[in-house]
Amino acid sequence: MRILVCISHVPDTTSKITFNSDHTEFNQSGVQFIINPYDEIALSRAVELVEGTDGTVTVINVGDASTEPTIRKALAVGATDAVRIDAAPRDAWFVAKQIAHYATEQSYDLILTGRESIDYNGSQVAALVGELLHIPSVSIVKKFDIQDREITIEREIEGGKEVLSTQLPVILGTAEGVTEPKIPNMRGIMSARTKPLQVLPAVDVPTLSTISKYESPAPRGQVAMVDDVEQLVNLLHTKAKVL
Amino acid sequence: MAILVYVENIEGKFKKSAFEVVSYAKAIANEQSTSVTALSIGNVADDELNKLAGFGASKIVKVDQEQLKQFINKAYASVIAAAANSEQANIIVLSNSFSGKGLAPRVAAKLEAGLADGAIELPTFSGSDLQVKKTAFSNKAFATEIITADKKVIAVNPNSHEPVRSEETAAIETLSPSVDAGDLNIVIKDIVRATDKVSLPEAEIVVSAGRGMKGPENWAIIEELAAALGAATACSKPVSDAGWRPHSEHVGQTGIVVSPNLYIAIGISGAIQHLAGVSSSKTIVVINKDPEAPFFKVADYGMVGDALEIVPKLTAAVQAHKAN
Repeated sequence: MRILVCISHVPDTTSKITFNSDHTEFNQSGVQFIINPYDEIALSRAVELVEGTDGTVTVINVGDASTEPTIRKALAVGATDAVRIDAAPRDAWFVAKQIAHYATEQSYDLILTGRESIDYNGSQVAALVGELLHIPSVSIVKKFDIQDREITIEREIEGGKEVLSTQLPVILGTAEGVTEPKIPNMRGIMSARTKPLQVLPAVDVPTLSTISKYESPAPRGQVAMVDDVEQLVNLLHTKAKVL
Repeated sequence: MAILVYVENIEGKFKKSAFEVVSYAKAIANEQSTSVTALSIGNVADDELNKLAGFGASKIVKVDQEQLKQFINKAYASVIAAAANSEQANIIVLSNSFSGKGLAPRVAAKLEAGLADGAIELPTFSGSDLQVKKTAFSNKAFATEIITADKKVIAVNPNSHEPVRSEETAAIETLSPSVDAGDLNIVIKDIVRATDKVSLPEAEIVVSAGRGMKGPENWAIIEELAAALGAATACSKPVSDAGWRPHSEHVGQTGIVVSPNLYIAIGISGAIQHLAGVSSSKTIVVINKDPEAPFFKVADYGMVGDALEIVPKLTAAVQAHKAN
C-alpha cells in the first residue's frame, strides 16, 4: 500500500500568538514549530499500517526551506520519503492544489492529513484534495481499518458517531483516537538524515481569498470571586443573564 | 441572484444551527437587496421546512430522493453546487458543523469559490469583495478574510450568530437532480447518536471538568449538574488522555472548540491549550481549589474550593433557581 501523508508546519501548542505591528502577519520570533498535532496522528497511523509490509509512506509539505526540520522529524517517525513543494503556503486552496497536482501523478491508495491545522484551522485540505482528485473524503475521522481495498471509517458527528465504508483510494482528515502519536527513536532519527527529500516547484494557483489582518482577542475583565453557590447562581441569572 | 443557504437536518428535524445560517443569510440578503433560498437535502416534512420561512427564507428547495437520504459529502456538494448555479447564487452559506467542514470545501472547489470557514460575524462588502471575520490559531486570534473570487462560500461557526425571526412566505419547490453514481460510492453503516445528551459544539451551556475530579468514578455529579442546566458535558485533555472520559468530550486547542453562553470549568487549571478552546465563551465560571490556577485570570466568575463539595451544592442551587 502506498500512503501519502500531508503535513503542516505549525507553532507549538504552547505558543503565544502575536502579530507584526500592522497586524498582517504572524510574528514567528521565538516560536517553536512542530508537526501539526493532528497530522502527527495521521502520520503515526500510516507508519503503523505499512509496518512489516512492502508499503510506503510519503510525507508532503507545502512550505519554504524553513519547514525541513519538521519534515525530517516526520521521516524520523517512520515515513519512507518526503516531498516539499517549495512555496509559502498561501491558503488551504493553494496547498490543496499543490497536493492534488503531485498526487495525480502518483496514484496513492490512501491519503491522510489532520482534521485541521492548529494555525489557520481551515479543516479544508482533506475535502478540497478529495474534490480535486474525485475521490471520497471523510473529515474528523476517529478510527479506520482497511481490509483488502475496503476501508471502514468512524467519523465524528454532532452528539455521536457515524460508521461508513468505501473503496480505496480515499482521503481522510484524522482526529484524536486514530492512534497515539509515535515518538521517534534514535534509529529513526539517524536514518531520517539520509532518507530522500525531494523539493519540487509549486504550480500556479489563482488567488480566491486573502487574509487582510489579524487581531488578538480582547482581554476579559477582572474575575469576580464568589463565596457560595447561591450567590453564583444569582449573578449568572441577574448579571450575566445566562441562566 | 439570491443567497443560497444549505440547511442541515438531523433525522428530519432542523436544529438551532439551521436557523442560525438562514438568519445569517437573510442579513446578507437585506444588505444586498436580494432574497434567501434555503436548500434542504434529505427527508424533511413540509411543516418543518416551513419553519425556515420564519427566519427569512423566501424560497425553499427540497431534495428528498431516496439515494440522497443520508449525508454523503460528495453527493451533497454536487447538489448544492448545482442549486447554486440554477439559483445564480454567488454567495452560499452553510454551518461549519462537523458535516459542514467536510462539505463546504467540496462545494467551494466545484464552484471555484473562495471559502471563509469559521466565520463568526456578518460579512461586509466592498465592490465585489466580501470581507468576514473568522477564528484563527485555534481561537487564540481572529483573522479577517477577503474573498475576491466571484463566488463565495461562508461556513458559519455554530453559536456565533443568534437566529433572528423574519417572517417570509415561502413556496416549497422540489428539485430532483441527477446524481452521479460516482458520488454515491460510500455506504453509511451505522449512526450512533446519544439523543438524551446535548451536543457539545452547539451547546449553549457547557459543564467541563478536569483532573480536580480525582477520578472517573466522580463524574456522576458533573452529569447531574449538566442535566440540571440542560448543558453538554466536556473535559480537559489530561482527562481524555487518561481514558476517564471519551476524546469526543475533549475541549481545547487540539480537541473541540466551543463558544457557549456559559462555560463552567471545574477542577481545570487552565493550560493555554485548553483556554484556546473556550476563550470565545460568553461567560466563564471557574471552580478550582487552587486560588492561583491560571484559569481564574480569564474567568468572569470564580469560586475557590473542592469540586467534589461545591458541585452538588451548585446543582441543588440551580434546581432551586429553576423551580422558582
